[in-house]
Amino acid sequence: MTKKATVRVGDRVFSTTTVVAGAVILATLAAVAIFLVIQSIPALVAGEGELPNDSANFWQYVGPLVFGTVWAAFLALLFATPLSIGIALFISHYAPRRVSQTLGYIIDLLAAVPSVVFGLWGIVVLAPLVQPLYQWLGDNLGWIPLFAGPISGTGRTILTAAMVLAVMVIPIMTAICREVFLQAPRLHEEAALALGATKWEMIRMSVLPFARSGIVSAVMLGLGRALGETFAVAMVLSPAFIVKFALLQAQNPNTIAANIALQFPEATGLSVNALVASGLVLFVVTLLVNVLARWIISRRAAFSGADA
Amino acid sequence: MTTTAPEAEAAAVGGAPGIHSPHVPLTGGTLPRGTTWMVLAGGWLFAGAFFGLLWAAGITTTFSLVGTVFFGTVLFDLVLYVISRIVEGARRAKDRLVTSLVSTAFVIALLPLVSLIWTVVLGGMARLDVAFFTQSMRNVVGEGGGALHAIIGTLLITLAAAVISVPIGLLTSIYLVEYGRGPFARAITFLVDVMTGIPSIVAGLFVFALFALIAGPAVRNGFMGAVALSVLMIPVVVRSSEEILRLVPNELREASYALGVPKWLTILKIVLPTSLAGIVTGVMLAIARVIGETAPLLLVTGFTFSMNYNLFDDRMMTLPVFVYTQYTQAAGVSAQASIDRAWTAALTLIVIMLVLNLAGRLIAKIFAPKRGL
Amino acid sequence: MKLTRIAPLGALVAASALVLAGCASNEASADGNTPSGDSSATALSGTINGIGSSAQGTAQQTWIAGIQTANPDLNINYDPQGSGAGRKSFISGAADFAGSDAALSDEELSSTFAMCADGTSAIDLPVYISPIAIAYNLEGVDDLKLDAATIAGIFSGKITKWNDSQIAALNDGVTLPDAAITVVHRSDDSGTTQNFTEYLAANAADAWGQEPSQTFPFQVGDAAKGTSGVAEATKSAKNSITYIDESGAAGLSIAQLKVGDSFVKISADGAAAVVADSPLVTGRGDNDLAIDINRTDTQANAWPLVLVSYLIACQQYKDAATGSLVSSYIQYAASDAAQQAAAAQAGSAPLSAELSAKVIAAAQTIK
Repeated sequence: MTKKATVRVGDRVFSTTTVVAGAVILATLAAVAIFLVIQSIPALVAGEGELPNDSANFWQYVGPLVFGTVWAAFLALLFATPLSIGIALFISHYAPRRVSQTLGYIIDLLAAVPSVVFGLWGIVVLAPLVQPLYQWLGDNLGWIPLFAGPISGTGRTILTAAMVLAVMVIPIMTAICREVFLQAPRLHEEAALALGATKWEMIRMSVLPFARSGIVSAVMLGLGRALGETFAVAMVLSPAFIVKFALLQAQNPNTIAANIALQFPEATGLSVNALVASGLVLFVVTLLVNVLARWIISRRAAFSGADA
Repeated sequence: MTTTAPEAEAAAVGGAPGIHSPHVPLTGGTLPRGTTWMVLAGGWLFAGAFFGLLWAAGITTTFSLVGTVFFGTVLFDLVLYVISRIVEGARRAKDRLVTSLVSTAFVIALLPLVSLIWTVVLGGMARLDVAFFTQSMRNVVGEGGGALHAIIGTLLITLAAAVISVPIGLLTSIYLVEYGRGPFARAITFLVDVMTGIPSIVAGLFVFALFALIAGPAVRNGFMGAVALSVLMIPVVVRSSEEILRLVPNELREASYALGVPKWLTILKIVLPTSLAGIVTGVMLAIARVIGETAPLLLVTGFTFSMNYNLFDDRMMTLPVFVYTQYTQAAGVSAQASIDRAWTAALTLIVIMLVLNLAGRLIAKIFAPKRGL
Repeated sequence: MKLTRIAPLGALVAASALVLAGCASNEASADGNTPSGDSSATALSGTINGIGSSAQGTAQQTWIAGIQTANPDLNINYDPQGSGAGRKSFISGAADFAGSDAALSDEELSSTFAMCADGTSAIDLPVYISPIAIAYNLEGVDDLKLDAATIAGIFSGKITKWNDSQIAALNDGVTLPDAAITVVHRSDDSGTTQNFTEYLAANAADAWGQEPSQTFPFQVGDAAKGTSGVAEATKSAKNSITYIDESGAAGLSIAQLKVGDSFVKISADGAAAVVADSPLVTGRGDNDLAIDINRTDTQANAWPLVLVSYLIACQQYKDAATGSLVSSYIQYAASDAAQQAAAAQAGSAPLSAELSAKVIAAAQTIK
């Protein structure tokens, strides 16, 4: 005969507190969603001539913006992910101990630079720097559709904006990856090395599988930042209301967040609703991307210390 | 079992395929020490010579340093891999390749970051004077003035945002890792992911609408800014602490339960201190994420020239809004003065983050238990 | 054991508290001294908040500094978010007054103003006049001459090269390079774009072919955010041209404009002359001074590419204290001293004496 387990007061109080915290998040998100939906309805049902850019309906208005957002974020992550993993590996496993700590500080610091400063750096330093490169690419490799001309004279293209986004996102991703790589169990690492594995094999066998879910978390955080980044893109990009893949031209698809930043101050009436509605669409796009990512992770079992 | 490995090894060490050498060296050849640097230098020299020839022949107008370094490095990666493969074997060659790739990635990624810091420092030197840190912009036209009102505003608002979001975020991640099993936990995980994607300007619009409902549309104060920032901070805190908490080995928890310690005490006294360093990094990351946010603060906290210590009353100035407005309002006769103030404010923001980071690491070092094996 | 852990933290907190409590030295002295003798009998006190046009930003900063120096207990906050945001906030009651590059439209005038007493409406009072420049970055060409039709052709994308015959015809003897024109325009909605397109629609309707609007209507060239963004883009891109508020055009060459039969250089006086020559918009309230700018003005040295910015206030406020503060502020802003100070800082054109008197008289009727 077993006695029924006593439930301690402390346990009950603590677990309830954690549930309440979770509920607060649910409530906040629900509130944001409700706000977005209510403010968006007038724009969603609007007809011909009422929406900005002479759009016949809302989907025509928001389509190019969605394309621009996803395309810019995709390019940014394409640059940032391998670089972040590389830097994090370098800091955690290749660099000498003292150097790695300093490097860790510097990278963390860069996560704090305001997006406005990234925007300023983008237009003052990066765009003029890459414009000759774009010119060269357009002149010599212009037969590739991605590099088709006419080349922008100022260098403020979606490729430049993606580079700025990548630079913004790298510190966050690197910090998380670094923490996770450092947490890899030293016993496993040393066992691998003792058996004669090279450093790369050791990393491949004991660090990366351990860190897989951490890397995906880092990528999700980076993606979240890249999708929602407002001011840096608004300042650096030369936007136009189109959909295209060309990377080097002067007319580029705009992102939703940058579009809101650009138009909101001067918007009145239905334009405001249209902008909020585009914010709702961004919300939904992030949701879908996250669903996709979660599905991808769940197909591989992640190694973790706690019970899964 | 013992015959296949030596064969593979022999084949990799340049032996002719198909010949089974009975005497197999247990160690592969090793490249001499310093080979890496020599090949790197060689690669750069070669690329330099190539671009130099292009310049001399008049095909390019200037000597391309960037091209030299880039192609030299690529050449180095290739040549080192090939040489190592021949001398040392496939496994070591791959190892060297990864080392060189990782180092190259590091250098490439560091270049824009260094350039950014350099630009900010260079631009910010102009107004690094006492006046900048002890004055506000009240009644200042043109030159002079300072950013004290913005600095105080940023510190107060970020502190308030942290006070709101760290408990909520940390408790949520504890729930997800320690307690959550069912649909509620899955829903929270999913929604936190979604929250990471809220654009900062939408968070600002939301807080604006919320407070307009409660207190009327004219309300602007620092507290609204703090709420908008915590909407952005919470997912970062949850995500990063959840990862760190998951990495705490189960053995520690089980040992604690075996000794009769209740679950909540285990979490407070064992799990949290063990992961303290990671959690502090996560909190620092979250603070870094929001300390530079301009869009929501522009909307809900407003714009003022004067000092304001009260979070709940009237507009407050913050550093990112200060940088943005000084830069965009730079016009007329004293445009350069505004631009100088903008860069110095950006530099101040980075220095504040540096100090906070160091403080965080100090806290982690003092309070975390000593790491064993 | 616990003390050694807490002590360094405590020291850190104490030190930061001391720093945080530090007062701004420029505000402490302002609070400490009361101006002796020369100030008006009763100094103003209280807080009013304005939101609006960013073009007025520098001027507003000058005026606020001036009036706050004379009245240390007065607090005026002006948030340069944009004209649209300003008008929206004023109507909804989020701001006590608004700054706007465009007067209230008829639709907006018919809405309920949350700040105004029932039955009263709002008035627009012009306080800021600024010329808009056609700025360019072209090596070797210092004195480019253009007319409305050519400008319309360039900015609509029909004229694509600098040595086009239309441009060459206006610039005798100047060697124009055989290079593509990089057009730079605003990516955000703005009053500058509104005034620029109004000028083109009035003077080159066939070549331009679009209604005036805040959004630049053609997908040509590069777009940049804000006056400073456009200036930066033009400075860094070779062979570029743009339209920009004159205060932001430092470092760029400015083209001469064909007015009537002669070419005119940009000048604040020219802009002021055009405004003085323009009638008020008809059919509005007695104290509403919205101006219908004469874009086809051809008097000597006129510069019709001009932007007029207004302060929008209630005719009668629900809160009398707010009303009197707003009234005093607008009277100050329209006064000669304030206009000259703003002109010195921002490069704007001071209101003519006649217009200034009208604005002050209208502001005095604000209760």
